[in-house]
Parts: sequence; C-alpha cells; structure tokens
Amino acid sequence: MFSLEGITSTIQDWLFFKFNPTLALAIECVIVILLAIALFAALGLILVLMERKVAARIQIRLGPNRVGPGGIFQTAADTLKLIMKEGLTPDKADKFLFNLAPFIVMMVAMLLLAPIAFAKNFQIWDINIGVLYISAISSLSVIGILMAGWASNNKYSLLGAMRSGAQIVSYELSAGFAVLTIVVLTGSLQISEIVAAQQNGWWIFKGHIPAIIAFVLYIIAVTAETNRAPFDLAEAESELTAGFHTEYSGMKFALFFLAEYINIFIVCAIGATLFLGGWMPLHIGNWQGFNHIMDFIPSSIWFMGKTFFLIFLIMWFRWTFPRLRVDQLLNLEWKYLLPISLFNLLLVAVIAILGWHF
Amino acid sequence: MYNQTEVIKDTSELGAEGELIINMGPQHPATHGVLHLVVTLNGETIKKIEPHLGYIHRSIEKMCESLTYRQFIYVTSRMDYLSSHINNLGCALLVEKGMQIEVPERAKYVRVILSELTRIASHELWLGAMAMDLGAFTPFFYAFREREMITDIMEETCGARLTMNYIVPGGLMYDIHPDFQKKVKAFITQFKAKVTEYEDLVTNNIIFQSRTKGVGVLTAEDAISFGCTGPVARASGVSCDIRKLYPYDVYDKVEFDEVIETAGDSFARYMVRVKEMNQSIRIIEQLIDTIPEGDFVGKTKNVLKLPKGEFYTRVETARGEFGIYVVSEGGTTPHRIKFRSPGFSNLSALNHMAAGSKIGDLMATMGTLDLVIPDIDR
Repeated sequence: MFSLEGITSTIQDWLFFKFNPTLALAIECVIVILLAIALFAALGLILVLMERKVAARIQIRLGPNRVGPGGIFQTAADTLKLIMKEGLTPDKADKFLFNLAPFIVMMVAMLLLAPIAFAKNFQIWDINIGVLYISAISSLSVIGILMAGWASNNKYSLLGAMRSGAQIVSYELSAGFAVLTIVVLTGSLQISEIVAAQQNGWWIFKGHIPAIIAFVLYIIAVTAETNRAPFDLAEAESELTAGFHTEYSGMKFALFFLAEYINIFIVCAIGATLFLGGWMPLHIGNWQGFNHIMDFIPSSIWFMGKTFFLIFLIMWFRWTFPRLRVDQLLNLEWKYLLPISLFNLLLVAVIAILGWHF
Repeated sequence: MYNQTEVIKDTSELGAEGELIINMGPQHPATHGVLHLVVTLNGETIKKIEPHLGYIHRSIEKMCESLTYRQFIYVTSRMDYLSSHINNLGCALLVEKGMQIEVPERAKYVRVILSELTRIASHELWLGAMAMDLGAFTPFFYAFREREMITDIMEETCGARLTMNYIVPGGLMYDIHPDFQKKVKAFITQFKAKVTEYEDLVTNNIIFQSRTKGVGVLTAEDAISFGCTGPVARASGVSCDIRKLYPYDVYDKVEFDEVIETAGDSFARYMVRVKEMNQSIRIIEQLIDTIPEGDFVGKTKNVLKLPKGEFYTRVETARGEFGIYVVSEGGTTPHRIKFRSPGFSNLSALNHMAAGSKIGDLMATMGTLDLVIPDIDR
C-alpha cells in the first residue's frame, strides 16, 4: 500500500547511513524547505485555478479554458505575467515597510505549514503545543496587512488595513474558542495526539452538538480571518478599490494573492485535522468490510480530500453571499459568535468532565 | 518639466481635524462610470458627499440645436444608454405632437413592447451591478443571461443591441422581424421561470436584507423636493409613473399596476425595480398577441418643421421621468433644447440619503439610485 511514511523513513535511513547525524539532519532540513516551497507553488497554482473553476461553475460560465487542456496552465501563465511586470512603489510610500509587508504575510503563511500532519507520520514539526502555535502565528498576519496599508500612503489602503485589523483581531477569538473545544475533548495541544484521538470516530461525530457548533463557528471565523467574502471588507473592491493591496503590483501583489490562498489551505487543513479526523479514514462502527476498504485509501488522500472539501465550502460562500458592512461584521462577532463560543466551551467542558462523548 | 503631483490639487489638507477626504472616482469600481464623488469621512462614517460632474459632458443639448428633427432623436440614445429606446420614443412623441403626425397602431404596439423590454434589460443590468456593489458577483451573470435574450431580440429587430435608433417620427424605421413574437414569448417563458432564482439568491438573502433595509432612507417629502422620479420616488411612496399619469402610445389600453413601496430605503427601491420587471412582463403579454397588421410608419413630410412655439413631452424611462423641452422658431432644427434627465435629480438626493452612514451604505444607496453617468452629464 502506498504511504508517504515509507518514503520518508527510507530517505532518513539512507541519509543517516551515508553521513554523520548532524550533516544528515542539515540535509533533511534543506529537503523539507524545498518541499515546502514546492508545495506552496503547487497549492497556489491549484487553488487559484480551483477558485476560478468553482466560480465559473456557480456563475453559469466555463472559466479558464484556453491555456492547456481545460485551462490547467492558466494560473502558471498568469504567474509568469505577474513576475514579468514592473513592481511599482508609490512616490510617497514608506519604501522599506512597503516592500517588507508582502514578505511578512507570506512568512506567516509558511510558518503555519510546520505543524500540519499531511499523512500518517508525515509531519514537519510535531510540536507539543501545536494548536497554540497555530493560533499564535496566524494572528501575526495582521501585522503585514496593517503595514501594507499604512506604508502605501493611500487612503483606501489605510481604510482597508484598519478594517482588516479590527476584523482579524475580533474573529481570532471565535476561532480560538472553537479550537479550544477540541483541545478540551482531546486533552492535548499536540496535533498528532488530536488526530490519534479520532481513531474511533471524528470529533464532529463524537463530540455531540458542541463539536458541530464549534465546527460551524470555526468555518465562519476562519472565513473572516482569511479576509474572504462575505467578510472581505479589507479588500472590498466596490468600496475600497482593492483595500490594503491597492498600490501593489507585479510579484508583490502576487505574494499577497498567494498568501491568501495558502492561508485558506492552512485553515482548512487545521479544520480538517481538528474536526474531521485529519488523515484518519472514515470508519463506521462495526462495518468491518467497509472499514477495511476505507483503510485501503492512503492517509494523504484522506487528508487532502477533507481539506479540499472545506476549501470548496469557503469558495462556495464567496460566490454566493454579498458582503457584510463593517459594523455588522463586528456586531456578528462580539454580539453573537463570541457569546455562543463561550457557552459552547462551557458545555463541552461539562461533557468532557462527565465523559458523555463517545 | 512640471511635477505631476503638484498639478493635482492635494485635498488631504482641506479636511478638518479627524476628517479624511477621499476622491471616489472618476475611476472607481462602484461609480459605474466617470462620476466623481468627493467624500468627507470621519473614520468609516460619511460626513458629506459632493458629486463633481462634467467628466463625460458632450454638450448633447447644444449639439441637438444643429440637427434636424429626424436626426436629433438618435443623439439621445447616447444619454441614458440603458433606456435608449425610451429616450428615442420621447423625442419622437414630441415631434409627432408638435406636427400632429398620425402614428399607425402597429408602430405604437411595437414601440411599447420594445420600451418594456428595454426597461427589463435596464433593470436586469442594474440588479447585477447593484449586487456586485454589495459584494455578490454571481447575480450579475444570472441577470445577464436574461438580458442577453432581450439584446438578441433587439439585434434581430433593428440591428443594434444597445443604442437601437429604431424610432422615426411617425412610427418605426423598419417593420418587425417575422420571428419577433416567437422570440419575445420565449423570453417571457424563460424570465418567469428564472425570476425565482433572483429571489432566492438576492432578495431572501439575510446579508442582502441587512445591508439594504433602513439604509439610505428618502422620505416622500424629500423625494418630491429633490425632484426624484422613477423607482427612487416610487419606493418613497410618491406616485409618479408617467405611463399611468400621462399615458402615451398604448399605455392607456393595457392593464398594469404602478409599483409603490413606502419604506423609502434601499430595499424598497430594490423591490420596486424587481416588481416593475414583472409588471413589464404583464404589459408585454397583453400586447404581444394583438399587434395589429398595417403600416409601421405614418405619412410624414420629407422635411419636418415644428411650428413656432414651445413643446414639452415626458416619458417614463427605466430611471424615471425623462422630459424633452424644445423651443422652436419654425425652422428645421430646434432653436433651444433641454433634456430633463432623471439621473441628475436622483443624484442630487445622494448627499441627503448617505450622509451619516457608513461607506458600505453609500454603495447600497448609490447602487439603488441606479445612476447612469452619461445621462447625468449629457
């Protein structure tokens, strides 16, 4: 049976056999970095194409269909165009911060990739505070957005950045509480243990109603955190032209664009890990035959399938809903989602203590 | 060499403490044209909106003074380009009224059917554009699917899809296409089946309702004092449908309701337009099967000369009352001409409606005003 674990352990054994441990570790680091960058590029290309195809399907049109069969090379061609474009810097912009901002947003997205379990025993960094690490790092991206908005010396950018700041800081709370729900159920912050706890059933099935509420809250909150419609106020193009990245062009714009899609992938991957069992296959009670067939599907396919399902959900939102107004957005968080999250956390704590979950 | 940043007036110094002045337009995704709004903001709250016009002024009124009464009709297609047929109709009605030209019944029927199709096409485009202003992209494509059928009918009937130029004083330029009735009926069937999609996608959407209800309220008194007409005034409870009040062509023969809402907010304006589309369908259904046979154009002199005097006609375009005022000295061209465009008056209410609300509300208000900038500037 195909498994990524086998490949990685073979490579590791070979490296440690050939070189001394320090050098072998260094080579492993380089391989991981290269793989991460390759994954980034591939994800960017796939997700942008997927978004355009999903949008086209919803909007009764065909979408990209000229470059390559079915338009699969469209995003590659677009990226090539963006690379060759001139990266303009406005006259009165703060040049250092202006050029730094896209890299901060990108760096945050890259750092978030570390603790994600892509398949069985296929994880870059199984840190024991994995969930906390994710919450901590993901809130850093607002710095990059604020920096971009401020440094552009553009009023639209500034308004967009301010909106984004208020939005991300607010919705961080709900996302955090939704994640905590699962932490309370599992009793661990480590990603591998959270996945292992879902061996006999995913949390969304095992965790009763609180887990379902937490899942819904998580999806809403991360949609807002990644600045996606209907919460895309930071770049609301009908109001603020393009929000915080109005002044960016060429590759610097592409970095913002790419970071947005990587962020979507990461929040969906975390959502899949916490609520949908990560790479765990779907098992139904005592159906031995069914469970064996499910086991036969590689764990990486399970993980990617769940993640892309959530990504599709978030794309579906974008092409269906109108945008909220800024005060409605904050009302939704502080008046509805936050109290529900707090109550939900209390409920799940009671359930966990009394052992009512399966 | 001059420094370009010095030429453009720096408005950032003009605002008082805590105020932010933004030039929204002439290039902006939500102004749908070259409208320039100088918006004074306090954070996200709008303090004042000052529309600056003139970016697409083509002096159409002056131009019309050197065109004959046959020619000047077609310049008006370039004003409110979404109601071009209705603009043409208004001008033709003026000439016919001034010279007592008899219009054949067939031409009257076709004119009204095409007017209502134009109105539906205009409202379809407005629906898509307005949903886009509020951040929903998908309704645009759904609305354009039906609008495409109308433009196809137009193209088949008179060769043009947007600026039709189908009307001459006394009737129509050509007879209708043999397939005209079949195509229009196909459109009606399609529209009736699909209009529920808009209701599901837009009207019943909770976010859309919360974005538009209670936003950009215009009371009936204000609507009258600002001179608002069309769906904007009707959403505030003002009865102002020219088709009902001063019927022209065959509007007095058909049954339809003047859609009136009383809330005066953006949602009411939205509902008025959506219901108006259904009323337009109703009008077309009554006329399409009974188009009389006969001439499509009445007998006119080769050179049209309006008698000395002043003439005024009005028609109901998709945006409101479109008035044409002509002073004639008895020659072949108008001595003076003035168009009363609905968009200009509706725009004047914008500051009153949007001041004190958020930037997002400005988009909802401006979207439901349904501004066409060449109509405002002329």
